[in-house]
Amino acid sequence: MLNFIWAFMLIVGIIFGAFTGQMKAITDGALNSAGEAVTLCITMLGVMALWSGLMEIARVSGLIARLTSGLSPFISFMFPRIPREHKARDYISTNIIANILGLGWACTPAGLKAMEELSQLEKERTGRHQTVASNEMCTFLILNISSLQLIPVNMIVYRTQYGSADGTAIIMPAIIVTLFSTIIAIIYCKLKDRRISC
Amino acid sequence: MLDALANLSSIIIPAIIFYIIAYGLMNKCNVYEVFIVGAKDGLKTVFGIVPTLIALMVAVGVLRTSGFLNFLGELIGPLADKIGFPAALVPMTLVKMFSASAATGLVLDIFKTYGPDSYIGLITSIMMSCTETIFYTMSVYFIAAKVTKTRYTLAGALISTFASIFASIFLAGLM
Repeated sequence: MLNFIWAFMLIVGIIFGAFTGQMKAITDGALNSAGEAVTLCITMLGVMALWSGLMEIARVSGLIARLTSGLSPFISFMFPRIPREHKARDYISTNIIANILGLGWACTPAGLKAMEELSQLEKERTGRHQTVASNEMCTFLILNISSLQLIPVNMIVYRTQYGSADGTAIIMPAIIVTLFSTIIAIIYCKLKDRRISC
Repeated sequence: MLDALANLSSIIIPAIIFYIIAYGLMNKCNVYEVFIVGAKDGLKTVFGIVPTLIALMVAVGVLRTSGFLNFLGELIGPLADKIGFPAALVPMTLVKMFSASAATGLVLDIFKTYGPDSYIGLITSIMMSCTETIFYTMSVYFIAAKVTKTRYTLAGALISTFASIFASIFLAGLM
C-alpha cells in the first residue's frame, strides 16, 4: 500500500510539474524536504528518548501492569464473549494502554498478538480457522482506529518546531475529540454486536 | 473556559512525569538506570524511522511543489466547503487514511503555510491527533488474524473518524 502511495506521489508530482512548468520548484522541494526530515528527526530524538525512558520506568515498576488490571471491567464490557483467563484480554489491554499513552511502537506488536489470539479463539469456538472477522475483531479494530490518546506527543513536537506560541494547547481539545469519537465507536459496536450476536 | 483548557493542557505532562517517577520510587525501582535503558530504546526507534521520514517528506515535497495537491483540493474543495470543511485540509484528510507518515508531511506543510496556531493549523493539530490510518491499520491487523472478510469494521472506523473530524472543526472554532 505504502509502496504504491509513495510512487504515486513522486510520479504524479513530476508529471504534473512538467506540464505546469514547476521543474525548478520540484528540484528545490525534493532537496529541502530531505534536509527538513533530518532536522525533524533531531528534534524527535530528545522527545522520544524522554518518553520511552519514562515508559520503561512505568513498565519495570509495575505501573503498566496495574493500569492493565484497571482496564479489566472495560474489557469485559466491550468483549463479553472472551473468557476471563484468555490471553487475548491481556494483549487487548496492553494495546489500549499503549494507545492511550501514545506509544505507537508498543501498540502495534500488542495489537497484532491480540488479533492472533482472537483468531485462535474463533478456531476454538467453531473447530476450524475462520476467514470472516469475528465480532470481537471488528470491535477491537474500530476501538483501535478511534484511537484513544492522552497526549499527542508528535503533534506537540511538530507544533513547537513550527513556532507555535503554545504547542500543548491542543491536549485538552484532543482528549475531548477522542473521547467523543470513541463513545460513538462504542455505541456503534454495541449496536452491531447485539444485532449479529451468534 | 479557553484559559482553563490551556492551563490544564500545560500541567498534564509534568503531572504524568511526577506520577511515573513517584510510582517507580515507591516500588523501589532504579528509576535513573531504567530511564536510561528506555531512552536508548526510544533513540533506536527514531533512528529506525529516519529513512522512512526522508522518503515520505521528499515525495510529499515533490507533490506539493508540483501544485497537484492544490489542483486536487480545488477539485474537491468546494464540495467540502459546503459542509463546513476547509478545502485546504482535504488532501491531508485523505492521505491520513492510508499513511500516518505521509500525512505528517502534509501536516508540516500546513504548519509552514498557515502557522500551527491559525484556525486551519488548530483543526489540523486536533484532527491529526485523533484519527488513525484506517486502511493501513486494517490491512496489517487483519493479515495477523488471517482474515479476509472484515464485515462492519470499515463502516465503524469511518463513522468514528468522521465524528473526530467534525468535533475537531467545532472545537477549533471555539479556541
